[in-house]
Amino acid sequence: MNIVIPIKQVPDSNKVKMDPESGTMMREGVEAVVNPLDLYSIQLGVDLKEKYGASITVISMGPPKAAKAIREAISMGCDDGILLSDKKFGGSDTWATSYTIAETIKSLPAYDLVIFGERATDGDTGQVGPCTAAWLDVPLASYVASVDAVTDDSIEVERMVEGGYQKLRLPKPAVLTVVKEIAAPMLPTLSGKKRARRTEIPTYTAESLPFEDANLGLKGSPTRVVKIRTPKVSREGRVVHATDGEGTEGALDELIAYLKEKELV
Amino acid sequence: MSFVWTLAEQDGTSLKGVSFELLARGRTLADKLETKLASVVIGGKLSEEQLQELIHRGADEVYYIKNDALDDFVVETYSRILVKLIEQYDPHTILAAATTTGRTLMPHVSIGADTGLTADCTDLDIDPETGQLLQTRPAIGGNIMATIKTPYKRPQMATVRPKSSRPLEADTTREGKIIEVPFEESFVDGRVEVLGYRHNEDEDVDIQEAEMVISGGRGLKKGDNFEIIRKLATRFDAAIGASRDAVDRGWISYPHQVGLSGKTISPKLYFACGISGSIQQLAGIKTAETIVAVNNDPEANIHKIADFSIVGDLFEVLPRLIEKLDENGKKATGGKS
Repeated sequence: MNIVIPIKQVPDSNKVKMDPESGTMMREGVEAVVNPLDLYSIQLGVDLKEKYGASITVISMGPPKAAKAIREAISMGCDDGILLSDKKFGGSDTWATSYTIAETIKSLPAYDLVIFGERATDGDTGQVGPCTAAWLDVPLASYVASVDAVTDDSIEVERMVEGGYQKLRLPKPAVLTVVKEIAAPMLPTLSGKKRARRTEIPTYTAESLPFEDANLGLKGSPTRVVKIRTPKVSREGRVVHATDGEGTEGALDELIAYLKEKELV
Repeated sequence: MSFVWTLAEQDGTSLKGVSFELLARGRTLADKLETKLASVVIGGKLSEEQLQELIHRGADEVYYIKNDALDDFVVETYSRILVKLIEQYDPHTILAAATTTGRTLMPHVSIGADTGLTADCTDLDIDPETGQLLQTRPAIGGNIMATIKTPYKRPQMATVRPKSSRPLEADTTREGKIIEVPFEESFVDGRVEVLGYRHNEDEDVDIQEAEMVISGGRGLKKGDNFEIIRKLATRFDAAIGASRDAVDRGWISYPHQVGLSGKTISPKLYFACGISGSIQQLAGIKTAETIVAVNNDPEANIHKIADFSIVGDLFEVLPRLIEKLDENGKKATGGKS
């Protein structure tokens, strides 16, 4: 079985801090890591490889340093990687990103499954997976929480939806986007790290494949960011102390009055 | 004529509340543009009265396409239908819900219809100069608000965060047209087979649809103590949320998780108990209307984020809160019962 796992490198949100003066978030100088939600798609790929046998190709689009994210995926058990890196890819929205990824997947000899994390923690759209399925014109299951049966020509999954789980059978090849319930990501092994260091990761540019130039990067993106604003995070609300019995009574009286005023009780 | 459209959602036999929230959004936009607002409904067994409610709550027209083959959401089929309707009727704007359905279907449609899509918007407006849709959304865990346009392609499409707007009051004097779109066999993609649906065992898990969410974190100290959260949730008729910490420790299941790697919610009341208020947590609750918190650490971030917070031991504060609310309730109805 051939599995393709597109991943993204994102700023480490655990390291982001609040600026106590302005009440906004400080993102400068934060380290880049594998999108935390991609660890689940990587682990699902590795789990399926152990169970059924598979070769896993990781794809990432980004600056040259995104090769590090691919190496991390290889150290977790993936086999090889492709870095999509070119100034012409810069500024891509989900439409142009998914076009570029889909064209790259089409250029591979064969694939059975394409597995995405639900979304990236920076852009937060969750759109690239479903868009890629549409470009490839292969069946899609989004929000997949478990994979039940994998045969030579089909896969059964459960999707986590509002209020429950929808069970689907998809013919292969198929695209999945997965949620946290799907797998428990494992740390890279020492031998995995060694292999990741040795693995050569080819860089594809806009010239490497017959991409339609008009579909790439900012030029190929139907959407445009026109304004960015950094909202204040702190609400500067009321803080009351309930450190003893009397304090608790007072605090709760005040809370109940507040909730009543807001018509919440 | 080019319309603003909203995509209604149904659960088989009724319309989901978010369908009406989208109409409230769409009505404002359509009025600014002096154009009509239509709602599209795909699948389900809906009555004439149910479809009329879409008109009462803001739609001028309703396009309804039904068939047994459309009862379950299958993205390939729904996408094929919506792309075909777009080609046929040429709407200039489409709003869908940022639910698992909307966030699966609309990206697929954006490729089929060759246009842009903005995810999970919390604010929509019309640019007075160009008449274009201004789509504002939180990104980077809510740390920035980005305003996005789709300048050249049509329709302009956005998914809208559930509970980020309130439905309009039903106006039963409003009149509109219900148009049944004929079903064609060729709409059915047929590659994916729906094998079934399994409901969550606990009912209080639908945190994105809930008006109120009571949430527990590491401060609960152990899984059994979620019982306090459950009691409080019952008192408020709220759904139950949890921090990543609580989920990772196995105290409660993942569908309850609020935050960057869980769900993003916009309830009227978010009540955080024993939650420190990490960046991870904060990303999920930025658009909550009111945030209340109880945490015994005076330095915890959550006190800065909350509208009202109590520095105190949740094991003392919460049981006493329930008692006091019960006493209060009795007083309010005292003498009458």
